[in-house]
Amino acid sequence: MAKANPAVEQLTYEQALQELEKILADLESESRGLDDTMNLFERGRQLIQHCQTLLDKAELKVRTLGQNNDIEETED
Amino acid sequence: MFPNDPAGQPAVYTVSDLTAYIRAVLESNENLIDIWVSGEISNLSQPKSGHVYFTLKDINASLRCVIWREQAWRLKGALRDGMAVEAHGSISVYEQGGQYQLYVDGLRAAGEGLLYQEFLRLKAALEAEGLFDAARKRPLPPLPSVIGIVTSPTGAALQDMLNTLRARYPLARVVLAPAAVQGEDAPLQIVDALRKLNDRIHPDVIIMARGGGSLEDLWAFNDERVVRAVAASQAPVISGVGHETDFTLTDFAADLRAPTPTGAAVLAAPDIADLQAGLQGLALQLQQGARERLAAFSLELTTAAHRLERQSPAWRVRQGRQHLDDLSQRLYLSAVHDLKSRKSHLANLVERLANLDPVRVLRRGYALIQDAKGALITTIKQVKLGQEINVQIADGSLDAQVQHISEKDRKGTA
Repeated sequence: MAKANPAVEQLTYEQALQELEKILADLESESRGLDDTMNLFERGRQLIQHCQTLLDKAELKVRTLGQNNDIEETED
Repeated sequence: MFPNDPAGQPAVYTVSDLTAYIRAVLESNENLIDIWVSGEISNLSQPKSGHVYFTLKDINASLRCVIWREQAWRLKGALRDGMAVEAHGSISVYEQGGQYQLYVDGLRAAGEGLLYQEFLRLKAALEAEGLFDAARKRPLPPLPSVIGIVTSPTGAALQDMLNTLRARYPLARVVLAPAAVQGEDAPLQIVDALRKLNDRIHPDVIIMARGGGSLEDLWAFNDERVVRAVAASQAPVISGVGHETDFTLTDFAADLRAPTPTGAAVLAAPDIADLQAGLQGLALQLQQGARERLAAFSLELTTAAHRLERQSPAWRVRQGRQHLDDLSQRLYLSAVHDLKSRKSHLANLVERLANLDPVRVLRRGYALIQDAKGALITTIKQVKLGQEINVQIADGSLDAQVQHISEKDRKGTA
């Protein structure tokens, strides 16, 4: 928790999940102060919320590699 | 086409006319169209043009054959002189060469399929090279964010895969690297698509797919260049080529083989429903973890409060009061004890005193003798002859006069 964490909203699902696993391990093993514990819990809650939102709102994005090294966005 | 000269002279044809006529005759004869011819390959020639030439022969005859490039590319490496084959095609004429020949569009070994033989040959070679080793297989990422797909942009396979991914794992970004999956150009296009994905997109996983088809249709996925490119791919590759029963060399080289394109999409990513369930579990775990931590804090707090309480003035006062109570109890007990022992001591004294009462002695027959002044006479030296003395006995006293004095022996009784 020492270094500033990136905003939850900017994490990918995988990143959020990884951080969440770490927080859980922390909560379950390390003895931290009350402040830290509450911060960890709140952060974990936000991460779960974020993951949930990502799952709820996810829409498959499809792109096609073009001939001239360009990438075309296609809503297939 | 060949009218007789009116003069009855036989007509003279140009070579071209005659050859064109022969060609027309041969090409219109249904016995020469769509036929199978068996024989042994000889004079095999595979020039740069990509066309393949050979002569099919048996003991008594030989037949010139040609396979155009469009059909020939799959057979590269598969043909050998002396090979017994059955060729399919139609007879026509190569006019410049003045030769009739079989234009081959299909070829099979007498016995096993020729393509299958080639498949086995290449498989054995690449296997010996270690290209299919289990140790080479890489694990797939559990949560891929970018999925590369190499397939035909127009095939049903692509739509099947996109539908599957959309339903199961819409979190992914899919990058399609379009490639022909059938025909002569397919291998190079597939290799190129793989390279582009690896170089520019760095996907977490790549799916190589093609819908079902004949062995010939799927042949691009047995092409050595394609197989090597799959083995060399930076991103792990899932193959989904053809149907359940189709195996291509790409399948062997891939990190994971799926039975179909849809199956490949399923293997590429988890199901969102499982993720939802997992997330619920994590949320519970988080609450549980925090609750346990808080319970530990609460316990610590209670313990600390108890310790603090013990240091408080009120606690000390209570402690002091209890001590005081204790002391006063002890004091009371000891006072009671003391009084009792004094009482008994006193009674003892009284008893002893009573025993010393002279009156009680007098009752036993003793007498007290006093002089006139009331002094107790205890020795003969205190009295003279004729002296008045007072004798007290138990029930009264009497006055008397000393008439005789005698001293007793030393050892006389008192």
